[in-house]
Amino acid sequence: MSALAVELGCVAALLATAVIGVAAARTPRLGRVSVYGLAAIVCTIALVSAAGALLRQEPPAEIVLPLGLPWLGSHFSLDPLSAFFLVVVDLGGALASLYALGYGRHEHAPQRVLPFYPAFLAGMNLVVLAADAFSFLLSWEFMSLASWALVMAHHREAANRRAGYVYLLMASFGTLMLLLAFGLLAGTAGDYGFAAIRLAPHAPWIATLVLLLMLLGAGSKAGLVPLHVWLPLAHPAAPSQVSALMSGVMTKVAIYGFIRVVFDLLGQPDWSTSGIVLLFGGITAPIGILYALMEKDLKRLLAYSTIENVGIIFVSLGLALAFQANDEKLPAALAFTAKLFHVFNHSLFKSLLFFGAGAVLSATGERDMDKLGGLIHRMPVTSVVFLVGSIAISALPPFNGFVSEWLIFQAVLQSPQLPQWGLKILVPAVGALMALAAALAAACFVKAYGITFLGRPRGPATSKAHEVDRFSLAAMIIPAALCLFAGVLPGLVMDALAPIASDLLGNRLAPQSPLAWLSIVPLAESKGSYNGLLVAAFIIVSASLSYVAIRLLATGSVRRGPAWGCGFTDPVPLAQYSAAGFAQPIRRVFGTLVFRARDRVTMPPPGDIAPARLRIELHDQVWERIYAPLANGIVGTAVRLNRMQLLTIRGYLSLVFVTLVTLLLVLAIWT
Amino acid sequence: MHGLAFDISHSLAGGLVLVSFMMLYQDRLTSLLNVFALHALMLAAAVAWQAFIQDAPHLYVTAAIALIFKAIIIPVALRRIVYKLGIHREVETVVGIGMTMLAGMGLVALSLALMLRVTADADALAREDLAFALSVVLLGLLFMVTRRNAVSQVVGFMSLENGLILAAAGAKGMPLVVEISVAFSVLIAFIVIGIVLFRIRERFDSVDVSQLDVSRGERS
Amino acid sequence: MDVITDIAVQGVQMLLVFALAPLLTGFVRKIKARLQRRRGPSLLQPYRDLIRLLRKDVVLADNASWLFRAVPYVTFAAIWVAAALVPTFATGLLFNWAADLIVIVALLGTARFFLALAGMDVGTSFGGIGSSREVMIAALAEPAMLMIVFCVALVVGSTHLSTVADHIASTEVGLRVSLGLAMIALVIVALAENARIPVDNPSTHLELTMVHEAMILEYSGRHLALIEFGAQLKLLLYVSLIICLFYPWGIGVFGAGPAAYLAGAALYLVKLTTAGFLLAVFETATAKMRVFRVPQFLGAALMLGLLGTLLLFVSKGL
Repeated sequence: MSALAVELGCVAALLATAVIGVAAARTPRLGRVSVYGLAAIVCTIALVSAAGALLRQEPPAEIVLPLGLPWLGSHFSLDPLSAFFLVVVDLGGALASLYALGYGRHEHAPQRVLPFYPAFLAGMNLVVLAADAFSFLLSWEFMSLASWALVMAHHREAANRRAGYVYLLMASFGTLMLLLAFGLLAGTAGDYGFAAIRLAPHAPWIATLVLLLMLLGAGSKAGLVPLHVWLPLAHPAAPSQVSALMSGVMTKVAIYGFIRVVFDLLGQPDWSTSGIVLLFGGITAPIGILYALMEKDLKRLLAYSTIENVGIIFVSLGLALAFQANDEKLPAALAFTAKLFHVFNHSLFKSLLFFGAGAVLSATGERDMDKLGGLIHRMPVTSVVFLVGSIAISALPPFNGFVSEWLIFQAVLQSPQLPQWGLKILVPAVGALMALAAALAAACFVKAYGITFLGRPRGPATSKAHEVDRFSLAAMIIPAALCLFAGVLPGLVMDALAPIASDLLGNRLAPQSPLAWLSIVPLAESKGSYNGLLVAAFIIVSASLSYVAIRLLATGSVRRGPAWGCGFTDPVPLAQYSAAGFAQPIRRVFGTLVFRARDRVTMPPPGDIAPARLRIELHDQVWERIYAPLANGIVGTAVRLNRMQLLTIRGYLSLVFVTLVTLLLVLAIWT
Repeated sequence: MHGLAFDISHSLAGGLVLVSFMMLYQDRLTSLLNVFALHALMLAAAVAWQAFIQDAPHLYVTAAIALIFKAIIIPVALRRIVYKLGIHREVETVVGIGMTMLAGMGLVALSLALMLRVTADADALAREDLAFALSVVLLGLLFMVTRRNAVSQVVGFMSLENGLILAAAGAKGMPLVVEISVAFSVLIAFIVIGIVLFRIRERFDSVDVSQLDVSRGERS
Repeated sequence: MDVITDIAVQGVQMLLVFALAPLLTGFVRKIKARLQRRRGPSLLQPYRDLIRLLRKDVVLADNASWLFRAVPYVTFAAIWVAAALVPTFATGLLFNWAADLIVIVALLGTARFFLALAGMDVGTSFGGIGSSREVMIAALAEPAMLMIVFCVALVVGSTHLSTVADHIASTEVGLRVSLGLAMIALVIVALAENARIPVDNPSTHLELTMVHEAMILEYSGRHLALIEFGAQLKLLLYVSLIICLFYPWGIGVFGAGPAAYLAGAALYLVKLTTAGFLLAVFETATAKMRVFRVPQFLGAALMLGLLGTLLLFVSKGL
C-alpha cells in the first residue's frame, strides 16, 4: 500500500474518531481514553508512513477521489514537501494526543473538545495532502473552523469569546485572500488542479499579486505582524494540547501553504517580492518577542514567541526567494533548508513549552507568572524539560534552535552575491534584526523560566503544586530528547530535508552525514562549519573535568542558610522580582518606541504610610493604529446603512428603481 | 591608484562619516564642539591626502583653510559664545539618540545605494568619495533637523558644508577661487549667525529656536 | 605525527588560556593601582584568591535548587570551550572547524543565560536586578557582536577564526575603514560583556549600580571561585579575539613548526600586555555610566557594526 493511501486512511480514521468523540463525550473517562488514544495511534501511523516516504525519497504520488466538485474530483498528492509537513503535523499531533491522555482529565467541558480535536488534526493533514485549489481551500476552512470550535471550548469566559470572534474574522479574511490568490492562479481557463497550475505560465504581475495575497492569507494564519492580532488571543484560550497544536503545528501548515504556492506553483519569483517578504519577517521577529517580554501570562508569552519564530521563518523564506530570483541555487537551497529545519525545531520546542505551561496550569491553576515561582522544587521533571525547551528556543548551543539560526546566518552572509543594491543593504540589516530577536528571546525565556520555576512561591496555589501524570511527562520528554538530538546531530536532519530543496529549487546542499565527525558544512569548509556533537561533548567533558577537579581540590561541604538580603531580609515572597519588573530595563530601552510605554509612579508624601503605586502604560500600536480605526469605520458605516432598514415602501421602491436604472446605464455604456 | 593610497583616502573619508555619527551621538554642547573640531581636522587630512595623490597643490590651500578656520577658529569662537551665553552645561534634549542614529544609518544606506548605482562607470576613488560626501551632507541635515539649540544648528550646517568640500576635493576640477569664496561665505555666515545668536538670546532669554516660532505667531 | 601535533597545539591552547586568565586580571589590577599611585596587590593575587575560595565552605540559601549548584560548572565549561576555540599563538587548531565565530558568541550566550537564571533562583531582589539588567545589556551587545561577525566575515568570506586570522595576517587586506569600525565596536562590546568600567564596575559591591556582581551575590566558596575564574577567562577570550581578528600579525600559521609557534606565543604575550595596559588606562580615565546610558553606548556599537558592514560595499566595490 502506498504511503499516500496510508495517509488518506489515517485522515479517514481521524474523522471516524471525531464521530466517536461525539458519541463518547457523555462518559468523560472513556471518551478521553478512546479519542486521545486513537488519535495518538493514528497520528503515529501517519507519522511513520510520512517519515518513511521522506527518507526513502519516494517519487510523488497522486490520487483523485470522486469527491467535491463533479468535474474536478479531489486531488491528493504526496511529494517530499508534503511528506515533511506531514511529519511535522503528525509528530505534533501524536505528542499532543499523548499529552492529552493525562492532561484531558482536568478538562471540565470534554464534550466541547473531544469531537473537534480529531477533526482539527484531520483538517491539518488534509491541507498538506490536498493537490487542487478546491480541496485545499475546503480543508483550510475545515481546519480553521475546527480550531475555532476548540478556541471557544471555554466560552463562558468573556476573553475567550472575544478571542474566538477576532479569530473567526481574521481566518475569514485569510481565506478570502487565498481564494483570490487561487482564482488568479487558475486564470481564465479555470483549471484548479495543482499540476495544471504548475505547468501554466503566469504573467509577472499576476505572480507578484499572488505572492502578496499569499503573504496576507498565509501570513494572517501564521501570525505575521501586523496580521497577528488574533494569535495571542486565540492560541492561549484553547486547552493546552490544542494551544500546542495551534502554535507549533497550525502556523506551520500556513507556512506550508505559502511555500506550496510561491515556490512550487508560481515558478521563478521576482527579486523585489523577496524584499517585501524579508522586510515583513525582519519586523515580525523582534516585535513579536518584545510583545512576549511585556507579557506576564505564561501561555500568551509563548503565543507571542510563536510570532517571533514565524518572523524568523519568513526571513529565511525571503532569503531563499532572493537567491532563487537571482539563480543562486546553492545559497537558495541553504536558506530553504534552514527554514525547514526551523519549522521542524519550532514545532518541537513550542509544543514542549505549551505542554509545560499546561502542566503548570494543571498543577497550580495559574497562568499568571506573578503568582507562580519556586516550581523547580515541586515539579522536578517538568522544570527540566521546560528548561530544555527554553534553551532550545533561545537559540543557544548545543540544542536545535541554534543550528537552524546558525544556518540562516550563514545564508545571510551570502548576501554579497546578490546583484541588487537594495537586497545587499537590506539583508545585513535584517540579519541584525534577527540577532536582536535572538538575544531578546533569550531574555524572554530567562524571564519565563526564572519567574515561573525559580525563586520562592508567590502564591498559595504554587506551594501545594505537585508533578503531573506520566502521560504528560512522556509527551514532554520526547520532544526534549528530539531537541537535543537534532541539535547534536543536525547533519542527519539536513540530509532528510535535502530532497525537498532539490525538488522545488533544483539544487540541494551536499550530503552532510558522510562528513568526518558528523559536522555540518553547508557550503564549503572554508566558509563555515559547525559540529554540534563535538561542542556538546566539549561542554560535558570540561564541565565534568572542572567538577572532578573541584571535588579533588576543594571541600565538598555545603552549609545552608537564609538568603543574604544585604542586611535587609525580606520574608515576603512578593518582594521578589515580578514579570513586569524583570522586563523593566528592556521596556525602557525598546518599549518607549514600540509600545509608547510609560511608567507612572504615585508616591505618597513623606509620613503617609499608603503604598506607592507604579502604573505601566503600554499601547498596542498595531491594534490602535490599524484595527481600531478599521473597526470604527466599519461600525460607523454599518450604523449609517442601518437606516436603509427603516425606509417607507416608496423608499424601497425608489431604491430598487435607482439600482435598475444604474445597471441599465452601465450596460448601455459598457457595450 | 589602488593599494595604500586608495586605502588611506578611503579610511579618511570613512572616518569623516564616522565623526558625523559621533556628532549625532553627543548631547552636550562642549563635547559637540570638540567633535566638530575633529570633523574639520578629518576633512583637512582627507583633502590634504587628495592633494597629495592627485598632485593638485591648490587643494592644500583648501586643506589649510579647513584646518585653520574650521578646526581652530570657529570651534574656539563657538566655545566662547557658549560660555558667554552660559549654556555650556546644558544637556540638549535630542529626539532619541537611538532613533536619530538609526535614521542616520538609513541615510548612509540610501546614499550608498544611490551613488554606487548612479556612478557605476566612474573612477573607484571618486565614486567612493561622492558616496561618503553625500552621506556626510545628509547626516549634517539630519543633525540640523533633530537639534533645537541654535549653536548646534550652526555646527550641523558647518558639518554639512564639510561634506560639500569633500565632494569637491574628490571631483578633481573645482577651481581654487570657488573654494576660497565658499570658505569665506561660510565664515560670513558664521559671523552673521553669531550675531543673530546674541540677538535671540537677548530677546528670548534662550537659544532654543522653537522660541522663534512664537514671534512668527505660529504658537500663541 | 600531524595528528599528534594538532592535539598538542590544541591542548597547549586550552591550558594556556587556563593559566593566563587570572594573570591578565592581576596585571590589569596592578596597572590600575599604579596609575592611581597605589602599590596594588601582587600579580599573582587572583590565583591566591581562587585557591582561597576553593578552600572555603559553600553557603547555600535555603531555597537554592539544583540549578543553582549546577550553573557554575555549566557556565565555566561553556566559557572555557569558547576560549579554547579562539586562536592565540597559532591558527589551525584541531577543533577549530567544530565551531566558528557565531558559535563562540552563542556559547557565551549560553553561559550568560544560565548565570541570569541562577540570579533568579534564590528569589532575592538583588539577583533579580542583576539578571534583568544583564539580559538588557546582552540584548544589545549580542546583535552588535553579530554585526561585527558579519563585517569580518564579509571581508574574509569565512566565519572561521583561523581562516580569518590567516587571511588578515597574510594577504594584503590593507586599511579597511570597516574593519576599524568593527574593532571599535568590538571593544565596546567587550567592555560591556566583561562588566568593565563604563558599563559596570568589576570591583564594586553593594551598590545599586552593579549588574554582574548583583547577579552572583548569593554565590560563595568553590562556586564563586568557578564563576570568578569564568569571568577572568571571558576577559582573556575577548582580548584574544580582538588580537586574533584585528592584529593577528606574527601568529603561528598552521603547520609552521615549533619555532614559529614559540615566536607566535611570545608575540601574543606582548600583545596581551599591551591590551591589558590600554584597558587599565581606559578604565582609570573614564567614569561609570548610568545604567540607562548603557543602551546608547551599546547602540553606538551596533551602529558601528552596521556602518562597517554597509561601508564594505563601498570599499570592496562589491
